[in-house]
Amino acid sequence: MALLLIMVAVGLAFAVLRNLFVVVMLSGMFSLSAAMLYVVMDAVDVAFTEAAVGAGIATVLGLATLGLIGVAREAPPKRSYLGPFLVVFLTGAVLITATLDMPHFGDPEAPIHQHVAPRYINDSGREVGVPNIVTSVLASYRGYDTLGEVGVIFTAAAGVLVLLGRTRSTRRGKRPNGDDGAEAAEKPAGKTGPTGPTGKTEPTEQTGAAE
Amino acid sequence: MRRKAVIRVTSKLLMAPIMLFALYVQFHGDFGPGGGFQAGVIFASAFILYALLFGVAKARRAAPAGVVRAVLALGLLLYAGVGVAAMFMGGNYLDYSALSADPVAGQHLGILLIEFGVGMTVAASMVTIFFIFASGGESAEE
Repeated sequence: MALLLIMVAVGLAFAVLRNLFVVVMLSGMFSLSAAMLYVVMDAVDVAFTEAAVGAGIATVLGLATLGLIGVAREAPPKRSYLGPFLVVFLTGAVLITATLDMPHFGDPEAPIHQHVAPRYINDSGREVGVPNIVTSVLASYRGYDTLGEVGVIFTAAAGVLVLLGRTRSTRRGKRPNGDDGAEAAEKPAGKTGPTGPTGKTEPTEQTGAAE
Repeated sequence: MRRKAVIRVTSKLLMAPIMLFALYVQFHGDFGPGGGFQAGVIFASAFILYALLFGVAKARRAAPAGVVRAVLALGLLLYAGVGVAAMFMGGNYLDYSALSADPVAGQHLGILLIEFGVGMTVAASMVTIFFIFASGGESAEE
């Protein structure tokens, strides 16, 4: 319950705060309390993912994005809050009303525990033989889904490479010593590509830090 | 960040245990919580920690772009390849039981391989995305 209150408080802070750095840090805190909530609910695998991805990587990526776009503060909204607030309030009210019809947490009679879950629990030991049922569901029974998830992650990284990776190599081409830069820009994917130019940019970077 | 001695030393000490823990999570996912996704993120976090402390340029030397991209693609290929291998061994796509004479052993092998593929792709994507974001940020400051 305390965890839920923390999450509500952090959620309210999201709406009020304009300092994006604080918002990114708070989102990490939100994920961490969500992870703890999952541990309380005995979903350790989900908690593990939430803590590693949500609290760890997402926060770091958020900070990196802030560095990339160079905006530290969100501009205050020009229009009034009233319309969006009404929409959010009504949607939230409908969702909360809907939860009243849901089975209680851990109810063995709940539909989700009647469909395929009994087979996973009863037969996965014999069919798959892996003690962690979550792993056997994720990797074996739901192998197609997981393949799709890995495809999504691959596509995300490929998209970032295509959209942002190129600007980096053209930037290199603009550096004063034109020959090296052009060479690096031509073969950015090669193994020698990054090591060559980075060795040269390093000294300037270190002097920058020392200053 | 580069001159903070305490942070640098403790992070250097932590780097190897982080990677070891990632491998533990990777290959112990059958028995405890964990698996390829978590392991990949933890493994990538070691590189990200290094990049945060010593700069992306130095971290790039530990994880060259070409290698990271190859791992990124190989992970997905390994996953899909296990499915195709299962087809060649006489089963359905991604039916690991066909991978070995004993269905349970085949399931173990299949899960181990595809989890490894998941870990490779996840770790490589996290490293790729972070390096690109972070190096873009540095060049924007110049």
